[in-house]
Amino acid sequence: MMIPACRLADLPRGEAFRLDIDPPVSVFHTDDGEVFAIDDTCTHQDASLADGWLEGCEVECPLHASKFDLRTGAVDSPPAKLPVRTHEVVVEDGMIYVRLSTDAPNLPPCISARLAGGPA
Amino acid sequence: MRTVAVVGASLAGLSAARSLRKQGFDGRLVVIGDELHRPYDRPPLSKEFLAGTLGEAELALETDGEDLAAEWLLGTRATGLDHTARTVRLTDGHEVRADGFVIATGAVARALPGSEGLAGVHTLRTLDDARALRDELARGGRLVVIGGGFIGAEVASTAYTLGLEVTVVEAASTPLAGPLGDTMGAVVSGLHADHGVRLLCGVGVKGLSGEHRVDAVLLEDGRSIPADIVVVGVGARPCVEWLAGSGIALDNGVKCGADGRTSLAGVVAVGDCANWYDPRAGHHRRVEHWTGARERPEAAVATLLAGGAVEPGVPRPPYFWSDQYGVRIQFAGHAAEADSVTVEAGSAEGRDVLAVYRRAGRPVAVLGMNQPRLFMRVRKELAATTS
Repeated sequence: MMIPACRLADLPRGEAFRLDIDPPVSVFHTDDGEVFAIDDTCTHQDASLADGWLEGCEVECPLHASKFDLRTGAVDSPPAKLPVRTHEVVVEDGMIYVRLSTDAPNLPPCISARLAGGPA
Repeated sequence: MRTVAVVGASLAGLSAARSLRKQGFDGRLVVIGDELHRPYDRPPLSKEFLAGTLGEAELALETDGEDLAAEWLLGTRATGLDHTARTVRLTDGHEVRADGFVIATGAVARALPGSEGLAGVHTLRTLDDARALRDELARGGRLVVIGGGFIGAEVASTAYTLGLEVTVVEAASTPLAGPLGDTMGAVVSGLHADHGVRLLCGVGVKGLSGEHRVDAVLLEDGRSIPADIVVVGVGARPCVEWLAGSGIALDNGVKCGADGRTSLAGVVAVGDCANWYDPRAGHHRRVEHWTGARERPEAAVATLLAGGAVEPGVPRPPYFWSDQYGVRIQFAGHAAEADSVTVEAGSAEGRDVLAVYRRAGRPVAVLGMNQPRLFMRVRKELAATTS
C-alpha cells in the first residue's frame, strides 16, 4: 500500500514526520538529504522514534539508548532487542510516499497487547 | 593482548565484552559474575517486573543467538587482583590470568543497620531481590519505603498500582533534591501525594520493630509507622572492597581518567563502581546511571586495547529516566551546577513539566515529565553547548 506522507519541502533535514496510522510509521530526512521510513514505535517500550535523536543514518530512542539503523531497521544495543520494520520511500512530484512493508511489525509488549484487543 | 577478564556480568560488563569484540579483540574473553544469572536488565526490576507484567526471560540483555565467544564464570565472586601476576582470584579458589582487566563490579544496595535477619525487610538491586519482594507485595498489606529517591519512588508507585497501602519516609526535607534540586525534587515527589501515597519528609528512621518479622518503622521523632513490608532504598555503595591491597587507586569507587583508565596499566573500570574524571566539570564523578554503564565501556575498551594511547572523547551529559505513577520522568545534565530553573513548557501542577536548568544563562540540565519530544530537543542542545 502506498501512503502519502508529506511534502519533501515541508520536512527539513534532521527532522522526522510521524504518520498516524496503526502502528504509526515515521519518515526521516537525514542531514545528508536522504529520506527513510521505519516503524515509529521503539521495539522495547512505547516511545515515538520520531521524537528521537537523529544522527547520520541512525535514530536513538528518546527514552533509552537503543539506536535503530534507518536503512535496515537493525538495533545496535539494549534495551531494545528486535529491529523495526523499514518501509520503501518514493518521492514523486515533491511528495513523499511510503510503501508499507507487509512484514509483521515488532512492537513492544504493551502495544502488541492493545493491537490484539487485549488490555493496553 | 591475548586474554581479557571482565569482572562483573551486568550491563557494564556485557557492554564491555561487546565493545571488545566490536573493536576487534579476538583473544580469550572471560566474564566473571557473582550472580548465577546471565546479564539482565535492572530498570524493570522496580517497575514492570515487580508489577508482574514482565517476566524473567524478557529481562535478558543478550539477544537470541548472540555469541560473544566468551567464557562465563558465573556464581563466583572476585576476591582479589594481583597486578604483578596479572591474575584475579575468585571465591571458588580459581585464578584467572589475563593481560587486560575490565572492572565492572557495580554497586551494592545500602542496608539499614540492625535490619539483618528481620523478615519482611528488603533492598532492591538484583533479580533475586526483586523476586523476593514481588512475592511479598503480591500478598498485599502496608508497605513502608525508607528513602524517597528514584528506586524508593518507583517501588512505591508499583506497590500503589498493586493496591498496597504505601508510606514513603525521607530524611531530607525534599526527596530527589540531590539529583533534581529542591524545586523540581518537590514537583516530582508530589506524584506520591497525587496518588494518595503518604510522604513523610525531614524525619530520620531510628530503627525497625518486630520479633522475627518487621511490624513497624520507628521514626526519630517518636512516631511508629505500622508496616507489613519495608523496602530500604537509601542508595548504594561501590563494590570495590575486593580491590584492597591491589595497589589500584580507590576514591569513592575505582578512580579513573576520562577514558576509564585506572592507576594500574592494563586495567580499566566501568559502570557504577567507577569514579570517572569529568573533563567538563574538572573533577571526578561516580554516576550510577544505566546509560553510563551502557555507553562508557566503549571508551574504556578502546583505552585498554590501545594501551592508553587514545584521546578520550567528551561523553554526553549524563542521562537517566524513571517511570512513576504512569509519568515518564527524564533528566539530563547536572542540576547542582544550576543557578536558575525555568519551566519552559507544561506546568509543575500539571505534572507535564519541561524545566531547563541554567548557570549564567547557559543550559546545564533539563527535566521532563511526559515531555519526550521537547526533552530530547533540549538534551541535544545540552550536548552541543557543553561539549
